[in-house]
Amino acid sequence: MTELAEHVAAVGRPLKRKEDARLLTGKTQWTDNIQLAGALHMAILRSPMGHAKITKLDVSGALKYPGVEAAYGADELGDLNGSVPCVWPVTDDMVAPDFPALAKGEVRHMGDCVALVLAGTAAQAADALEGIVVEYSALPAVIDMEEAIKDGSPLVHSDKGTNKCYTYKLQPQGDGAYEAAKAKADVVVKRRFVNQRLIPAFMEPRAVVASPMGTSGELTIWSATQVPHVLRVLLALVTGVSENKLRVVAPDVGGGFGGKLQCYREEILCVALANKLGRPIKWNETRSEDMMATHHGRDQLQDIEIAATKDGKLLGLKVDLIANMGAYLQIITPGIPLLGMFMYPAIYKMDAYDFSCIGVFTNTTPTDAYRGAGRPEATYAIERIMDELAHELGMEPMELRKKNWIKHEEFPYTTAAGLTYDSGNYEAATDKAMALFKYDELRAEQVKRRASGDKVQLGIGISTFTEMCGLAPSRTLGALKYVAGGWEHCTIRVLPTGKVELVTGTSPHGQGHETAWSQIASDTLGIPVDDIEVIHGDTRTSPYGMDTYGSRSLAVGGQAILRAGEKVVEKARLIAAHQLECSANDLEFDNGVFRVKGDPSKEKAIQAVAFEAFSAHDLPDGLEPTLQAESTVDPQDFSYPHGTHLCAMEVDTETGKSTIRSYVCVDDIGIQINPLIVEGQVHGGLAQGIAQALYEGAVYDSDGQLLTASFADYLVPSAPDLPSFVTDHTITPSTTNPLGTKGVGEAGAIASTPAVINAIVDALRPYGVNDVPMPALPMTVWRTLNAARQGGK
Amino acid sequence: MTKVSITVDGVLHESEVEPRTLLVHYLREQVGKVGTVVGCDTSSCGACTILLDGRSAKSCSVLAVQADGSSVTTIEGLAGDEWHPVQAAFKECHGLQCGYCTPGMVMSAVDLLSENPNPSEAEIREGLEGNLCRCTGYHNIVKSVALAAETMKGGK
Repeated sequence: MTELAEHVAAVGRPLKRKEDARLLTGKTQWTDNIQLAGALHMAILRSPMGHAKITKLDVSGALKYPGVEAAYGADELGDLNGSVPCVWPVTDDMVAPDFPALAKGEVRHMGDCVALVLAGTAAQAADALEGIVVEYSALPAVIDMEEAIKDGSPLVHSDKGTNKCYTYKLQPQGDGAYEAAKAKADVVVKRRFVNQRLIPAFMEPRAVVASPMGTSGELTIWSATQVPHVLRVLLALVTGVSENKLRVVAPDVGGGFGGKLQCYREEILCVALANKLGRPIKWNETRSEDMMATHHGRDQLQDIEIAATKDGKLLGLKVDLIANMGAYLQIITPGIPLLGMFMYPAIYKMDAYDFSCIGVFTNTTPTDAYRGAGRPEATYAIERIMDELAHELGMEPMELRKKNWIKHEEFPYTTAAGLTYDSGNYEAATDKAMALFKYDELRAEQVKRRASGDKVQLGIGISTFTEMCGLAPSRTLGALKYVAGGWEHCTIRVLPTGKVELVTGTSPHGQGHETAWSQIASDTLGIPVDDIEVIHGDTRTSPYGMDTYGSRSLAVGGQAILRAGEKVVEKARLIAAHQLECSANDLEFDNGVFRVKGDPSKEKAIQAVAFEAFSAHDLPDGLEPTLQAESTVDPQDFSYPHGTHLCAMEVDTETGKSTIRSYVCVDDIGIQINPLIVEGQVHGGLAQGIAQALYEGAVYDSDGQLLTASFADYLVPSAPDLPSFVTDHTITPSTTNPLGTKGVGEAGAIASTPAVINAIVDALRPYGVNDVPMPALPMTVWRTLNAARQGGK
Repeated sequence: MTKVSITVDGVLHESEVEPRTLLVHYLREQVGKVGTVVGCDTSSCGACTILLDGRSAKSCSVLAVQADGSSVTTIEGLAGDEWHPVQAAFKECHGLQCGYCTPGMVMSAVDLLSENPNPSEAEIREGLEGNLCRCTGYHNIVKSVALAAETMKGGK
């Protein structure tokens, strides 16, 4: 047998990542690296128009180009032209237009797929798009959401007779409850916030290879996806290829942030064509294609009204959203605002909550999940209006929050939105953050700068956020009309040599699951981290899974790892007891070794038990050979990470330039498995949330031209655009899962946007500024400041 | 087609290329150096950064024919018997997550440190301005480069 290293407790240690070796030496397995003999490369002709009739389409000219083997429009594709699925019909009467992979006679957003070419190389395919003759007749486009729901607006789908996708209401305290609460209020503050459209902009562009493999008519699909398992089910349903003939592999995937949680047009086309032609089909997008055809995020108009007593006690909250669906519905497009719906009351106690949302079609790229998915929008609106309310009341904004938040001794607590938060300690996180930030000193400096009329003003922005993670209890999802469940799966096999295979249904794309999952299993099994191999992202080797999104992988998938590991130990205990000639109850299990209580000289390591389970020479009667177990865990409830984020911003009142002077956050994500990875997740989230506040925004003109369709126009921040961060944590374990974990992937992105904007508004409050639109680019801030100076005082 | 002689990671390659072929596509498709990746089409992201005769260059903004007679080092050729100190520092400081920007980020950092062996935080940030990362918020990348600078000063 191989020499076995000793187990050292792994959970909670900042272990360096296992993944890094291949990523740092260029040995990564990206989808675009896959080269198969006989492959045809797909190039797609996309609509340059926001809305138009296709009056002529002739693809035959493309066939004359070198290397071209086929060209298709919707007519040529016929029955192979599958429709992009939406799996979250949020209401019974939701309007769900057909979304064919190749447009049928009409294009509805810039980037809509019109035709495709298959050729021997990617360059040949791209060249041959020039040979396609297409003529458009422009139709009026509708971009603005409020225009879209007016009578007489141009229709995105004329056959539907409306641009309204759905109307959703939530009134947990009943109709009229908010109005009754408002009637008792001394102060009511109402604001319109614009949560602008963002582009996920993961670094690895989407890529797909679909190929017949093996001898049984199987199709293997490699895709840069977050969701190989979900994708397999949907590709089977859409293309008609039998699910058990489809194998979906997510190799190394270069970021996702929700943008690769999808069943995309291009994936459907590759599978359908590979199946028809019996040839490998490969496609990878250019960045410009990515910007116009990968789903976008956010894009909500938020009317929010908050009612309070004059001493600052919250009474009620009313939220009316208009949410941009884009031109079509994709996988969970209509559900995104509902993920936010539950979070507007946030950490605050109030009597009544009233929510409504209108989903609207426009001639823009479809929206869907982007890091936080609904919850950043909710957090932005509530944390912004808390500052506005504090200003109206003449209260210190942190004092207003303290007066209204759920106290640590009040958990579990059921909020006005109807969620029961299991645990939290907002006081502890806030105290720690304020101390690290030197809150009082900065406030004192702010007073001085205001008094001296310094041209650079100092603002302090607060965000005391929470979010719901661990999507999700399957019954809850069912009640919300989401068609799938929210469980997660794990199989653990201890091989004859004592090495372990851990098969997970989660599908990482940068989160370090190979390391963190090894740590959990290591402590459960008492086997060293380096002896554990994490297998993921392939439906042949990990047949069950719900994949990675919504900060669910640890909070849900971690439970399955723990339970599968416990089952392995339970089985190993029976074998050890049999061979040590004692009762299973008489065995202690510590650091991977079974010992007889009272006679510790009698012992057996779990790795030795694994060999016994393999040889099967001397197993208890009736016990099956091999040492393995699987577990599928449906979470009992969500978990609720929280934290206090503080931003000190210097705003130059002459140029409008905002510069982050310090950013402190104290997050409580419960028990941490690997603090190094946790910190990295927070940093990345902060960057994306700060980028929404300061830099990013997808912009369309009135004809539907996407003006930000490249990295030259869409401002993804680079290193000099961001500060270093001060991150710390408190630990309040979740009580809804046995690991006590909560989820961290989205926290930074959810919390930081309002902290940044609150800081800018706070800096400019003396000038009469009460809001700054996002992204708060210098020109925008300067204009806002000048308008306030001229308008107000 | 045009004939080019390019040394890639120490090995001389004589190839026929279309004059329009970008260096990055030559590296990936003709030499098989798929460790170098493409992230955009506007020379904005820097994921394709390599060393061209020892200086960093975005291989999407160089034609293969322009590299004729030159020596290219990619992420795959950076390590000798041991990892380059920049690679080691990125692992130590968790300077990468998904890893897609990493090859370009590492090559840019190598060039940055050869130009300025003792950079301040601001100089590191400015020096990496041409490389986008969507995962790390740059915090740990900056720490990684600072650590690599320390290590390299120690003569490693």
